[in-house]
Amino acid sequence: MIMLKISKLSVKLGRFELRDVTFEVARGEYFVLLGMSGAGKSVLLRLISGLTQPDAGEIVLNGKLISTEKIQKRKVGLVFQDSVLFPHMDVFNNIAYPLKVRRFGKENIKRKVGELAELANVGHLLKRFPHNLSGGESQRVALARILATDPDCLLLDEPLSSLDVQLRGELRSLLRKINANGQTIVHVTHDYEEAVLLAHRIGVLERGTIVQTGEPRNVFRHPKSEFVARFVGIRNFFQGELIDHGSSMKIFKSGQTEFSVLSDESPGEGYVVIRAEDIVVSVHRASSSAINNFSGEVVSLEPARIGTEVVADVGVMLASLVTDESVGSLNLKIGMPVWLSFKASAIRYIKK
Amino acid sequence: MEKIHPLNLLFIFLGGLVLLFIIAPLAGLFLATSPAELFDTAVEKEVAGSIWLTVWTSMSATLIFALAAIPFSWILARKNFPLKRLVTAIIDVPVVIPHSAAGIAILGLVSRDTVVGQAGERLGLSFTGNPAGIILAMAFVSIPFLINAARNGFAAVPEKLEKAAHNLGASHLRVFLTISLPLAWRSVLSGMIMMWGRGMSEFGAVVIVAYHPMVAPVLIWERFTSYGLANAIPVAVVFICVCLVLFVLMRLLSTRYDNVKNQ
Repeated sequence: MIMLKISKLSVKLGRFELRDVTFEVARGEYFVLLGMSGAGKSVLLRLISGLTQPDAGEIVLNGKLISTEKIQKRKVGLVFQDSVLFPHMDVFNNIAYPLKVRRFGKENIKRKVGELAELANVGHLLKRFPHNLSGGESQRVALARILATDPDCLLLDEPLSSLDVQLRGELRSLLRKINANGQTIVHVTHDYEEAVLLAHRIGVLERGTIVQTGEPRNVFRHPKSEFVARFVGIRNFFQGELIDHGSSMKIFKSGQTEFSVLSDESPGEGYVVIRAEDIVVSVHRASSSAINNFSGEVVSLEPARIGTEVVADVGVMLASLVTDESVGSLNLKIGMPVWLSFKASAIRYIKK
Repeated sequence: MEKIHPLNLLFIFLGGLVLLFIIAPLAGLFLATSPAELFDTAVEKEVAGSIWLTVWTSMSATLIFALAAIPFSWILARKNFPLKRLVTAIIDVPVVIPHSAAGIAILGLVSRDTVVGQAGERLGLSFTGNPAGIILAMAFVSIPFLINAARNGFAAVPEKLEKAAHNLGASHLRVFLTISLPLAWRSVLSGMIMMWGRGMSEFGAVVIVAYHPMVAPVLIWERFTSYGLANAIPVAVVFICVCLVLFVLMRLLSTRYDNVKNQ
């Protein structure tokens, strides 16, 4: 069942424009909107929450048209990038604020604040004031407070961006827990790892419009545009020309470097993407089914989120993701000659 | 010990001169009066009555006009509208015009020959020669202090907090009363104290609208013109003492409120 339906939403704010944004979010779904800063992510959330009025388009929440509804009546809860706790109220009163607005009785407020504080793991902070809270604690309180409004849809505006790595992990599990309770969530971020780790589905926002939606795996493996490919952090991304050889095997020429590509696209200009995980590093030329074999020199060895990223200069810079064990067994060092190989089918060609 | 730069020494010296300039005349007043004389003046019915009149009229002027001035300050801090700069400039007018002229202007508005004056008379309220007129005159010359302080206070409240409160379901009135006003309260209160203090010390506008009943500044003037400097000084000293005590008390109370809030 659809919880949030955005149709052809447009707004012009100065030089910035959001055009015909259309997407749907199912009830209980965790939907991540991915986009660089300035792509319009926050504007989109402001439109959905009612802080900004759209020029055109519709927002339907839980079967009800809310585009013209007052901000107070929309049943969407917005969590800002940096928490906006009320500085003159302690944590208890911050969480209780929406309950007081809804005229809950004293006992009810106490019970509900207790439940929400426990869920967000801030039960021990109820008497503290916001200026005595860490960034992670503030965001937890902000989440507890917004959940007190009982929103149909939770809107999160880069909620993890101001936190350090460890706190991010903790807050991510809280977000997963909230979502597991059936809460529909729309989360905007520029960090594709957040998307991978949280989203059921993602939408990619580029220059004010949605360019791709789908499950994270599909979007990252099959990027529909140069933007998506670059954006999600794929390192091996080259521009060039696809040349026909009269078979399904084609040559892709990028500068002086030629890649063998398995593609049924017609010749012309385009891009290739090679996932770093698909590139094999060896000290001697390997005899395998890999058609693309390049010799070059290691120029950097950087620890990645998992394993090590080896970048070698083979005419172009190629990045390969290898295990730390391989770095040890091959005794990889900067300046060392190596061979990089990968199959023609490991290259994804994107037509311009 | 840290060496003091010669220029800083010069600035400190100049600062000292300014302080002396403020303190010396006041100290002179205090030294010219004996404690017994002060006590006799303080218990004098006319003096006590006049000081009480000054205190309650200035406080009423502040409280009555604050009801309209505080929401207006919020509008000035938050909203843009045509001629906003003109409106802002108008608010400062009472500060720059001579206060006797301000008194004349108010008298022109509320005297018995005007529509406002006649409407007041019909309701049994006379502005001239009446505390109501004194309140108007005091408010006229002192309201810019409140509006400007409150406007700065509201402007310093992050708008995001108000928006967050709306998103949590709060109405505009509730957001104003529970978020904007409490967070700007320090500036608002400070503006109210300034308005009150300014109203209490007003002479020029008040004396034109209402010579009688006499507020303390008018009484001091009257004692001076009728009986000479020696007779005016004790009244002046008593009034200054009352003002200072009240002023310090209000400041202390507002700081204490701040400390409680920030615990």
